[in-house]
Amino acid sequence: MAARRHTTTRRPVLAAAAAFLLPPNPVAAAERLAFDDLYSGWSVMGASFSPRLLALVGQEAALRGYMAPPLKAEADFFVLAREPMALCPFCSSDADWPVDIVVVYLRRQAQPTDPGTRIEVVGRVETGSWTDPDSGFVSQIRLRDARFRPL
Amino acid sequence: MRRSNLIQAFLPLAVLWSLPAGAQTIYPINRAEILAGAHFDLKVEFPGVVATDRLRVTVNGRPAADVFGRAPDYIEREDGQAASSVMLRDAALTAPGVYTVAASDGEHSASVTWEVYAAPTARRARNVILFVGDGMAVANVTAARILSRGIEQGRYRGTLAMDTLPQMAMVGTSGSDSIITDSANAAHAYNTGHKSAVNALGVYASRARDSLAHPRVETLGSIVQRDLGMAVGIVTNTEIQDATPAAVFAHTRRRADYLPITDQMLESGASVILGGGSASFLPQGTPGSRRRDGRNMIDAFRQQGYAFADAGESLASVAADPNTTKLLGLFNLGNMDTALDRFYLRQGTVSRFPNQPDLTEQTRAALQVLSRNPAGFFLMVESGLIDKANHPLDFERSVYDTILLDNSLKVALDWAGNRNDTMIIVVPDHTQGIGIYGVVDDSRPGEMRDRVGTYAEAGFPNYPAADARGYPPSVDVSRRLTAGYAAFPDYYETFRPHLEGQNVPAVQQGSGGPYVANPIYRDQPGAMLRLGNLPRDASTGVHTVDDGVLRATGPGSERFHGFIDNTLVFRAMAEALGLGR
Ligand SMILES: [Zn+2]
Repeated sequence: MAARRHTTTRRPVLAAAAAFLLPPNPVAAAERLAFDDLYSGWSVMGASFSPRLLALVGQEAALRGYMAPPLKAEADFFVLAREPMALCPFCSSDADWPVDIVVVYLRRQAQPTDPGTRIEVVGRVETGSWTDPDSGFVSQIRLRDARFRPL
Repeated sequence: MRRSNLIQAFLPLAVLWSLPAGAQTIYPINRAEILAGAHFDLKVEFPGVVATDRLRVTVNGRPAADVFGRAPDYIEREDGQAASSVMLRDAALTAPGVYTVAASDGEHSASVTWEVYAAPTARRARNVILFVGDGMAVANVTAARILSRGIEQGRYRGTLAMDTLPQMAMVGTSGSDSIITDSANAAHAYNTGHKSAVNALGVYASRARDSLAHPRVETLGSIVQRDLGMAVGIVTNTEIQDATPAAVFAHTRRRADYLPITDQMLESGASVILGGGSASFLPQGTPGSRRRDGRNMIDAFRQQGYAFADAGESLASVAADPNTTKLLGLFNLGNMDTALDRFYLRQGTVSRFPNQPDLTEQTRAALQVLSRNPAGFFLMVESGLIDKANHPLDFERSVYDTILLDNSLKVALDWAGNRNDTMIIVVPDHTQGIGIYGVVDDSRPGEMRDRVGTYAEAGFPNYPAADARGYPPSVDVSRRLTAGYAAFPDYYETFRPHLEGQNVPAVQQGSGGPYVANPIYRDQPGAMLRLGNLPRDASTGVHTVDDGVLRATGPGSERFHGFIDNTLVFRAMAEALGLGR
């Protein structure tokens, strides 16, 4: 790892995020996925989406994980990872970034949670390579129109 | 001489060196040591716009254009800024000696002095093998010896392979920008003989905005292919684009340029390339790819005649094929897994990539393929996960991968046998601050910290004897080494190995907020919060300035003794190969 020290001077969002959060039990409506369910095969030549994930494309699913340190405080876009992430993906090379992340596009902006807080995200499943126009971040799996709540 | 005279006597020199802020900067920098015939880019940066007729660059008093045989390019406004530069790409000086390069804009002048050197003797080494233990501190080596060989009544039951090498030196690793280096700049020094800046590979850190536009210096891998027809091999267990392997061929100011680095790898002509990091080879549409384009770089390598292996078995069979002279092996989308995870704990990505070869197998395959070149070879082998475990304060993983380095060195020593034509070096690129200060004993009463035995109470750990691979089959023992890191963020000290996966000591609190102790360890029995001594934006431990310990054997290795600068590693390899003559 490089001697990477990143100082960020981003303004915290003052607005409470509670209004954008999920109701206490959103799981009833959406099928619960786990990170282990996303890919069914791994090889040096790439990963393959699981049949379960592909069957949910266009539908709502719930996924639990950790929000990575976000690009900006006014987040409507963040990276959901299986484990808490020490690194900000946008300030380190995305080379140091695990492959099985999921990009989340929130229905409305929300204040980010601490990276050590486990959250549940519900959103519409989308698959395929896609480059975020603002950050240039490339993702393979996304949850669109998403909401989240801390667990 | 009276004081005033003394000052006067040095005044011209003082004027020359203590230039006003923003005076011209010359690359290569002052006191650069340059191998005769090696290519480098000469760049002079002026603080303002300078008309061509006022601008003067001389080498030992002669115009640069005369000395190098062609005129440097004049850039009136570099990157659109109000500042001129001159750049001469692929310059070379073939005659050894001292060169003073002066640059003037008509008002101010600046100068640097270079030493151009050649090997004092004809070629003595047919092959050179450079082993790099990334971030390997003395404590890593000591613990590797304890765990792998055992110790009884103060005497080790055996020595590591690296302990048997006859030459040893302390290595200074500082860069031109800072006393603390990173793996890019550190490996840059080994591969080019120049000192540069943190994050830089094969370039001086100039003011250019484009990370790929900085003044380049040639790598040993390039020189030995061009001058001697040697083969070049690059072996690691990190992503192959990571700093240490990339330094063998890459030229970028920014080590994170994985995609340009992958493209430069294809152009480098290296014969053997083995490691992780297939993510940067796969076309963008493939899940797991990090590319921003549709290029399939594995296919591109195949089209240039490389055989390809993606697992341990295929690596062995492809390398054994006598027709294989160019070999690409990629064994993980990202970094490969540590020896502790691959052999014992099955954590990390081992379940996804169960057939990753061991670094010893990669080393053996590389030697097999490279030795088919009658002109000899230069091979760099990195045990790169030592550093990647030391950063998150995961001592056990770093120690197992130090044993891994030693096992791989043993493969090379056995291969070299009595040939006496192969220079072998093993060295860290930089260190981390670690000390083994006791043995924690679970049978003692009290909190975990009270179970740490020091001095007489430490006694000896009870790791099981090493297996055939050289590792204790378990790190989860009741009396185990306790090591402390010099620099750390806030974290929970558990006094236990991280069996559940590599340690993540700290996580960021909020957007741009401080790194705080990772709460997932808070409830482990005996976990103790340690407040960090690093700035709060540090997520892990950091590199240290402490010298690294180099060991070496074979022709030319007698150059290594006492204290050396890291640039001397390059110079000694170049001299053993008779370069520059
Ligand atoms: Zn490091």
